[in-house]
Amino acid sequence: MGLLNFFRGKKENTAKLAKERLQIIIAHERAQNRPSHEFLPKLEKELLDVIRRYVQIADDAVKVKLDRDGDVDVLELNIVLPDQVAKE
Amino acid sequence: MSKILVVTSGKGGVGKTTTSASIATGLALRGHKVAVIDFDVGLRNLDLIMGVERRVVYDFVNVVQGEANLTQALIKDKRIENLFVLAASQTKDKDALTEEGVKKVLDGLKSDGFDYIVCDSPAGIEKGAQLAMYFADEAIVVSNPEVSSVRDADRMLGLLASKSHRAVNNMPSIKQHLLVTRYSPARAEIGEMMSIEDMMEILAVPLLGVIPESPAVLNASNSGQPVILDQESDAGQAYADAIARLLGEERPLRFLTVNKKGFFSRLFGN
Ligand SMILES: Nc1ncnc2c1ncn2[C@@H]1O[C@H](COP(=O)(O)OP(=O)(O)OP(=O)(O)O)[C@@H](O)[C@H]1O
Ligand SMILES: [Mg+2]
Repeated sequence: MGLLNFFRGKKENTAKLAKERLQIIIAHERAQNRPSHEFLPKLEKELLDVIRRYVQIADDAVKVKLDRDGDVDVLELNIVLPDQVAKE
Repeated sequence: MSKILVVTSGKGGVGKTTTSASIATGLALRGHKVAVIDFDVGLRNLDLIMGVERRVVYDFVNVVQGEANLTQALIKDKRIENLFVLAASQTKDKDALTEEGVKKVLDGLKSDGFDYIVCDSPAGIEKGAQLAMYFADEAIVVSNPEVSSVRDADRMLGLLASKSHRAVNNMPSIKQHLLVTRYSPARAEIGEMMSIEDMMEILAVPLLGVIPESPAVLNASNSGQPVILDQESDAGQAYADAIARLLGEERPLRFLTVNKKGFFSRLFGN
C-alpha cells in the first residue's frame, strides 16, 4: 500500500467508523426510549372485555406486565378465573 | 390555516437560529405571512441574525405575562413584506414560559392570520426545547454530519413522536424533515465526514436539504441579513431550495460534490 493510500485509507475509516458506532448506539437508545408501557392499561381493559364475553370475571382479574429480559420484551398475562369455572 | 414549524436539534450550535431566520425569510419571500419566534429564553439571538436587535421593545415573555400584546411585541421586518419577529426574553427565569402561555401566543398568531409560525428552539431536550416543539405541525431537525449531533437529532425525533401535543392526543404525527447543515463535500469525499446517505440511513427521515459549510453564513450574521437573502452564495441558494421542497416543489440536491471549477470562478469572480 502506497503512502498516499495509507493516509487516505485511514481517513476513509473515520466516517465509516462514525456511521457504524452511531448505528449501534442509536438502535440501543431507541429501544430504551420506546414508550412501550403506555398501551398497557388499554390492553388490560380490552382483554377484560373479551374474556367477559365467555366468563364473568372481576375487574382486577386481568393483570398485564411488560418486562425486559436483555434485548427481549416479555409480555406477561395473568388472568384469574372465578372458582366454579376453574373447577369445570 | 396556520402551520407551526419548529426548528430543533437537541445539540447546540448546529445552525438552528441560522436556519429559522432563513426559513422564515424564505417563506415570506414566497408571499406567506410569517412570524418567527425565538424560544431561547435568556439567550436572545434570533434578533441579531434577523437584524432587528435595536427594535426589540417587548418580547415573548412580556406577551405571555400580559405586559404587552402581540401587535406591540411583533417586530415587522423592514426588507420583506409580511415577515415578523418575536424576540426571546433575556430574563434568567427559565420558567417564564409555560405550555398555556405558549398556546396563548400561538393561538393569537393564528387568529391574526399568519400562514407560518416558525419556532426557533433552544438547544437541549429539556423544558425550553420541549415547549418549542410541543405544538408543532412540522419539524425541521437540524444536524451536522458529526456523531454527537446525529445522536441528539435521533433523540429529538423520538421526542417529537412521543411527547408532542400531536403525539399525546393521538393526532396525526408531526411531519419530520432532516436538514443537514455545515456540510463539507471535500471532507465527505475523502471519508473524513459522514455522507448524506450515511445520515439518511441512520436517521431515516426525509431530507429537506443540505446546507454547505459556507463563509456566507458568518457574513450574513455579521450584517444581520438572513443568508437566504444572499442568493449569490451557496448557502443562500441551498436554503432557497429547502424552501421550495418545504412547499412541495421538487428540487435536485446541490452543493454535494466538490466543485472543481469553484476555485477558479472564485479567483476570477465568476
Ligand atoms: N452553513 C454554515 N456554514 C458556516 N457556518 C455556519 C453554518 N450554519 C451555521 N453556522 C455557524 O454556526 C454557529 C452556530 O449557528 P446557530 O447560532 O445558527 O446555531 P444554533 O443551533 O441556533 O445554536 P444554539 O444551540 O446555541 O441556539 C454560528 O456561528 C453560525 O454562523
Ligand atoms: Mg440558536
